[in-house]
Amino acid sequence: MGGRERLLGAFSKGRPALIPYLTAGYPSLGGAREVAEAYLEAGADVLEVGVPFSDPLADGPTIQDTTARALENGADVDYSLGLAGEFSGRAPVVVLVYYNLIFARGVERFVREAGEAGISGVVIPDLPVDEAGDFARAMEDAGVAFCPLAAPTSTDRRLEEIGRLASGFVYCVSVAGVTGVREKLPPGAVELLRRVRAKVSAPVALGFGIGSAEAAREAAGEADGIIIGSRLMQLVGEGGPERAGRWLQEVRAALSESAGGGH
Amino acid sequence: MRQRAESGYFGPFGGRYVPETLIHALEELEESYERYRNDPEFVEELDALARDFVGRPTPLMLASRLTRRWGGANVWFKREDLAHTGAHKINNTLGQILLADRMGKRRIIAETGAGQHGVATATVAALYGKECVVYMGEEDTRRQRLNVVRMRLLGAEVVPVRTGSRTLKDAVNEAIRDWVTNVEDTHYIIGSVVGPAPYPRIVRDFQTVIGREIEAQARERFGGDPDAIVACVGAGSNAIGAFHPFVGREGVRLVGVEAAGRGLESGEHGASLAEGRLGVLHGAKSYVLQTPDGQIREAHSISAGLDYPATGPEHAYLKEEGLAEYASVTDEEALEGFTLCSKLEGILPALESAHAVYHAEKVARELGPGRNLVVCLSGRGDKDVEVAAEALGVGPEVSGGR
Ligand SMILES: Cc1ncc(COP(=O)(O)O)c(C=O)c1O
Repeated sequence: MGGRERLLGAFSKGRPALIPYLTAGYPSLGGAREVAEAYLEAGADVLEVGVPFSDPLADGPTIQDTTARALENGADVDYSLGLAGEFSGRAPVVVLVYYNLIFARGVERFVREAGEAGISGVVIPDLPVDEAGDFARAMEDAGVAFCPLAAPTSTDRRLEEIGRLASGFVYCVSVAGVTGVREKLPPGAVELLRRVRAKVSAPVALGFGIGSAEAAREAAGEADGIIIGSRLMQLVGEGGPERAGRWLQEVRAALSESAGGGH
Repeated sequence: MRQRAESGYFGPFGGRYVPETLIHALEELEESYERYRNDPEFVEELDALARDFVGRPTPLMLASRLTRRWGGANVWFKREDLAHTGAHKINNTLGQILLADRMGKRRIIAETGAGQHGVATATVAALYGKECVVYMGEEDTRRQRLNVVRMRLLGAEVVPVRTGSRTLKDAVNEAIRDWVTNVEDTHYIIGSVVGPAPYPRIVRDFQTVIGREIEAQARERFGGDPDAIVACVGAGSNAIGAFHPFVGREGVRLVGVEAAGRGLESGEHGASLAEGRLGVLHGAKSYVLQTPDGQIREAHSISAGLDYPATGPEHAYLKEEGLAEYASVTDEEALEGFTLCSKLEGILPALESAHAVYHAEKVARELGPGRNLVVCLSGRGDKDVEVAAEALGVGPEVSGGR
């Protein structure tokens, strides 16, 4: 089964897929492996691996810090794709990567290597669908899903376009803003999920700022997947991979409960 | 049509590589610009402010001692240093504040390197009663203390940026992050011909007043087009503004001057057209200083305004098509230009402009006597007095006395 099919499979388990994020190379080159292990042990359905970039303009302070540290640790694109490939046999892996890193490598080469590494999908925070056509098609040909972002500011016309190009999930940005922990689910998040669902047949995942099991559970009613980044990176910074893993288990339990209760 | 600017591209350069959250705001900006650029009321308001507030037209002055010294073409200075707030940056900020006002935005943000764009933005925000936040690399807040004080006196909040290289590139990142977060009520006044479409075109259009005035003044002063125009290129707005009316015109050489910093071979410079590779930074595809892996490199220049690791997409296009030529000048050479201009012409130029002044000698000698060369003096050097004094070993203490 190809990477893309495995990714789509993760969204058909009767409860929202749990998608934790890690920055490749944080807290160290080896430490990032431990983080990924801890996520899998805690029941992650999909791993999201962030390739560190010098100018992560969609990210808030927490993830900026982790990427700066990762770059100091020597995490380059080779290392990041290698890390993603190491885990792609155990869970679908989605790579989050800023566009210049892909462009510098050569789009063709990047697509080929992503496919060979068994990567299931890519999220590119600074590549809106208007610029993504050729890239998205190349990805699909290589069996790697293109996962575009949708924002509260996206018009319905754009949501249709986003749906047309999505070959994986649509990454719904919970709030107009950068990544970073927010205690509560922003009021517009549920509305965005509903709007996207009305226009798009691909699975919809919610991310940016989900910082508590409570917020995850609230989103679970509307989302096919929950993406959690900054909170986990904070926990890794404070208490290491185990600490992040334990918290993720709590979220996982909360999600299962909410699915059990309603059906 | 040579340029695909209307689609957001100049040849293969430009585009709109930003988070989805911003796309709607960029579309709104584009629509509003299309609607107002030829609106008589808008044009009249802009023209009146350019005249009464900025002091336009700025003069075209014959730099006669430099002309004699270089033994070549007549050297003319386009005096953007005489524009209100001391640099060409005011032309663009004025245009954009009018747009922001028409779009009903109450809050203005900007990034700044040398501080000139920040000062210009704080100035127009004060003029239109808008809240104003300016992002500035911490390193630059030290180099350009005077401009930090000016911005604060004008009522702006200056936010020092402590990420990355703590210079202009990081200030842009931070401004974009703010914009992503506050896009509903905030307009981002980008300071040069960079960023996602439609910014490079809008900023260029507002700066083209420089070139249009050069054209008219040249005709009046020496009865024709200049043989060459020389302007410094940080991200490229004063150069594009000066060049634009002359692009593709027979017999007019367009020469952009980048910062070679400590020398191109040192790797510490801001010469992205000379040394960069095609890449994507801050929303546009252009030449970018980067590692083989695609990480953005830090730029270096003695002048904070040229300390940027990319150049506007239209310059990349002009270079690629051979419609303009680009050179680079080191920190040391720029200081020589600074000294020459100060002592021979009685004008302390901005260190940015001093790059253009230094390179003008070469162009003047190539052109030869009787020909005409216009140097865009993009700003005045008040802001650079401390940096220049330190580099040149000039202090305030006077010796002797009677
Ligand atoms: C006086 C002056 N000239 C030139 C520049 C470089 O900018 P640009 O290349 O956009 O004209 C700056 C930027 O701050 C400046 O202050």
